[in-house]
Amino acid sequence: MAKHVLIIEDEPNIIEAISFILSRDGWQVDTHSNGHDAVAVVRARAPDLVILDVMLPGRSGYDILTDLRAQPETQDLPILMLTARGQARDRELAEKAGASRFMTKPFSNADVIEALNALVAE
Amino acid sequence: MPQRQLTGGRIRERRIALGLRQADLAKQAGISASYLNLIEHNRRRIGGKLLLDLSASLGVEPSALTEGAEAALIATLREAASAVPHAKPETEGIEDLAARFPGWAGVLAERHRRVLALERTVEQLADRLTHDPYLAASMHEVLSSVTAIRSTAAILVDPREIEPEWRDRFHRNINEDAGRLARSAQALVAYLDGAGKADAALSSPQDEMERFLTRRGHHFAELEGEGALPDRMMAAIIDEDEALQSASARAQARLYLERYRADAERLPLVRLQQVRDEAQTTEEGLYPLHLSVRLGVDPATVMRRLASLPPAEELDGANRTPVGLVSCDASGTLLLRRPLEGFALPRFGAACPRWPLFAALSRPMTPIRQTLRQSGRHGRMFRAFAIAQPVGQPDYNADPLFEAHMMILPLSRDSAGQEMTSGPDLPREVGVSCRICPARDCAGRREPSILTDGF
Repeated sequence: MAKHVLIIEDEPNIIEAISFILSRDGWQVDTHSNGHDAVAVVRARAPDLVILDVMLPGRSGYDILTDLRAQPETQDLPILMLTARGQARDRELAEKAGASRFMTKPFSNADVIEALNALVAE
Repeated sequence: MPQRQLTGGRIRERRIALGLRQADLAKQAGISASYLNLIEHNRRRIGGKLLLDLSASLGVEPSALTEGAEAALIATLREAASAVPHAKPETEGIEDLAARFPGWAGVLAERHRRVLALERTVEQLADRLTHDPYLAASMHEVLSSVTAIRSTAAILVDPREIEPEWRDRFHRNINEDAGRLARSAQALVAYLDGAGKADAALSSPQDEMERFLTRRGHHFAELEGEGALPDRMMAAIIDEDEALQSASARAQARLYLERYRADAERLPLVRLQQVRDEAQTTEEGLYPLHLSVRLGVDPATVMRRLASLPPAEELDGANRTPVGLVSCDASGTLLLRRPLEGFALPRFGAACPRWPLFAALSRPMTPIRQTLRQSGRHGRMFRAFAIAQPVGQPDYNADPLFEAHMMILPLSRDSAGQEMTSGPDLPREVGVSCRICPARDCAGRREPSILTDGF
């Protein structure tokens, strides 16, 4: 059965490209593009894995991640954080908030697929 | 030694010339009157930070209190030593170092001054990079476009088949993102290019206001006069200043000047100076609550007036202690910044939440007095007074909006702390803003510090 990934990202062309490569790789892809209700969306759709952008309209990805980690049903959910800033402090913030993996924009498609497969394997 | 003999006498001479009592100067410098007496009679060695503090209180350069550049050099060396206590520098040998190796001592002092200057520059730049909203948004736009292009292009060059509909769609996306990238990059280059040109291009209206007020020393003599002001007086002040370029800055300047004038009418300079001159101690002449009661004017107005006094050289025999002032609205946004040497204020963005300025907002109309020390800034101490007062006219069933003011005075030295071991005078550690604050385990921290966590 195909694994279900939820992409929470506000750039439509990035969503489209990632959705395409993941669908082609056999994933069931779902998308969402704002931070306001992201936590509720994750809980409602119950994906196997989440790709979460840091800079979202309405709410920061770090805050969303912190909330997800505080809830029993999402505390172990594999989450790949995407950020436009790759400095050490951003990585640290992502780790503190509970990110399973951290990826800096601009990333390659191969890196995204490899990261997701690694998270599923874990 | 000659330096000691001269320094004590000069301090005494200068103090008497200013009409300051020994007890008052001692209190300003945070030492006991008896200790100051020993210094003035050349029975105690003086140097380092105490020399700097006393000279600041007396409104002179440290070298004017000593026999010359050598003592100022020693003071700087002491400050350099105190900045790296873990190196355990042999402070008792500083005079010997300066005497035997004046060249090397000069190099060390110069390096110390250079480090301080560079630290300030780094703080300002880091603060700007972090909090400049235009720069952050532009970089995000560029990186998002590049990410979309990279990802889409990789799909198109993949040898696997793509349905024509998808291929066309990705071509359109790439074209769209390339256009967006070009526009973002051009805007960013124009913005950064402007950064190299001294003034307006990169300025925010707040920058323009700050330059305007700095040039004028936060004092506008033309608004101090009694009676009606000539027509267009304020407009002329604004028009004549090149710093005020944007419409927003000019509008802010207008509001500032209107309030300045209203303050000056409510509390004329002559009256303020008179009450300050009558004060029994230097502190009384500066403490806003005391002055507020004596003058029958609210404390925030007193603070603004104290922060807009004429330049020190124009104050006849009066207290010349420099005054810093910062104010914020109910959202915590800083509105006015009158810097005070040694007490750093953030250029952009939010300040340290531990400042009494913000505590005042949660206790409206309650005056706060606290002794502050800024973390990682060589231990200098300051006395802060804060109060939040309503702005605008009261209205039925309308919650008032509050504005907070915090006045800052230099408190030169921790006087071994007899009067600072408890109560409001117990020194409290505060920062500038989280990004450049080295304090660890602070409940108010919003983001990591570049000083402890690296860039």
